[in-house]
Amino acid sequence: MQLARVIGNVVVTRKDEQLVGLKLLVLQPLTPERQPAGRPIVAADAAGAGVGEEVFFVRGKEASFPFHPAEAPVDAGIVGIVDYWTIER
Amino acid sequence: MQIARVIGTVVSTQKHRRLGGAKLLLVQPLNLDETPRGTALLAVDGVGAGVHEKVLIVLEGRAAGEALDRKGAPVDAAVIGIVDQVDVTDAG
Repeated sequence: MQLARVIGNVVVTRKDEQLVGLKLLVLQPLTPERQPAGRPIVAADAAGAGVGEEVFFVRGKEASFPFHPAEAPVDAGIVGIVDYWTIER
Repeated sequence: MQIARVIGTVVSTQKHRRLGGAKLLLVQPLNLDETPRGTALLAVDGVGAGVHEKVLIVLEGRAAGEALDRKGAPVDAAVIGIVDQVDVTDAG
């Protein structure tokens, strides 16, 4: 999983049937120091997240697990909203 | 699998129900010379690891779910061991 900030949302009207009802958000992956880590991506939301929140997301097939039994064709999914984190390098 | 160092912990109250009770660690993947490799990531803890420890991580969903002992958990990384020692013989 990776840390990210929700920076936007995506509206898609014409889409795969298995995507109906999913909320799609734009994420900026973050380093633990809150610096951008790579390019923004679109992720399905399984945690009730909103713009401006810090979240963590899962990549790959597991991103579709929260929507079971629907087989959502997604490769990234928000699975938690982060309260806080601590680092000690 | 990769070798990484635990550099922190993450607290999340509102998360997917299949992650309930899981301990979330921030881990920094390492090169063999212990320099950082790439961006730090989140892994679920399957072994009771703590900050500063050198650990073995899996970066694959099914293995990570098994480490958490929960089928169908939406996870893609897990700490599966605490590293005592790494010996590398450079044959090159």
